[in-house]
Amino acid sequence: MTKKALVIDDSRAMRTILSGILGELGYEVQGAEDGGRALEILNAGGLFDLALVDWNMPQMTGYDFVLEVRKETRFNDLRLVMVTTETEVSRMSDALEAGADEYIMKPFNKEMLLEKLMLLGIEAELD
Amino acid sequence: MRNRTETSDLTQADFDFVRTLVKQHSSISLDDSKGYLVSSRLLPIARGRGFESVAALITHLRSRPHGKVHTDVLEAVATTETSFFRDFHPYEALRDQVIPDLIRKRRESTRMLSIWSGACSSGQEPYSVAMVLRQVIPDIDTWTIQLLASDFSGAMVERARKGVFKQLEVNRGLPAHLLVRYFDQHGASWWLKDEVKRMVTFFQQNLDREWTRIPQVDLVFLRNVLIYFDVETRRRILRKVRRHLRPDGFLVMGAAETTLSLDDSFRRVQFGRAAFYQPGEGSGQ
Repeated sequence: MTKKALVIDDSRAMRTILSGILGELGYEVQGAEDGGRALEILNAGGLFDLALVDWNMPQMTGYDFVLEVRKETRFNDLRLVMVTTETEVSRMSDALEAGADEYIMKPFNKEMLLEKLMLLGIEAELD
Repeated sequence: MRNRTETSDLTQADFDFVRTLVKQHSSISLDDSKGYLVSSRLLPIARGRGFESVAALITHLRSRPHGKVHTDVLEAVATTETSFFRDFHPYEALRDQVIPDLIRKRRESTRMLSIWSGACSSGQEPYSVAMVLRQVIPDIDTWTIQLLASDFSGAMVERARKGVFKQLEVNRGLPAHLLVRYFDQHGASWWLKDEVKRMVTFFQQNLDREWTRIPQVDLVFLRNVLIYFDVETRRRILRKVRRHLRPDGFLVMGAAETTLSLDDSFRRVQFGRAAFYQPGEGSGQ
């Protein structure tokens, strides 16, 4: 079965970059411009394996999105990876405590993303 | 017009000079495809010392007796890429199988583990091992942990010993929960906490010279380093590894590396997606 991923970022360019990388890994990717829209997609019955989540977005932040998702046991298998310009260790700590599985600081490159996904058991052939 | 190497603007004669220098002092073999690598590694040294080009730096090297500049060049060429938890699978194997097994075996006897990272570069590898040990051994303070790390480059050893990393470096391969747990943030720098830093003893070591500081160990990490040596040097190093590894210990190599066809007395042991190598019969000869 095709794996599905959500890319949640208010920057269209970032959504395109991340979707491209996940697409290469075989994911079917859906984009959302903030946490609220992403929650709507999930609540509409979308089954996803992975979500890449920006922190600062209008309407609902990535942090609040993680908190909301982790309230629901039906999303337990959804891996949540923060991809954000927030680089304070306290932010990272907060995100992990809220239920994020991994955390990537921007700027990042494709290899860094793949290495972090590898930590979650998501494999890719690294050059 | 002078001949250029295929992959850089170094002349073949300059490249050959550096190649000979490197081979003599570090045993590293540079094939013709490494012109670009040499050029890019030497450029910062040339600039830092006020030479107008890499070629001018090499002219200087040719005309002077072996000194600090030569050492800088050797170390720059020998520096290897590294990252925390590189390729992850070997660390997964350490965490889930190898370290728990060793701990079970040693718990009623020596209560000691000895591990050596033989090409540690800026330190990410031994520090990753140290973090795994802290995660896996709950009563680690009642154990004697000998975690040694060496590199050909004195500059790298100095850097590694500091345990200070850039954001770019901690953003690669390091699980976020370990970054939060074991590092202190100072602006864009991340300082390893003492509880991990003090576990590792760093020193300079040329792998093709005497291993006077290496005791009998349970694990040897020689990842992505033998590829820089010619076949005979690789064999020589693997023979020495066998002499320094305990019979139930393991050699850990890079993801694309193997002892096969180099030293058949090693036995390949698969742990999940990682292969480790155990000294077989006839080891220590």
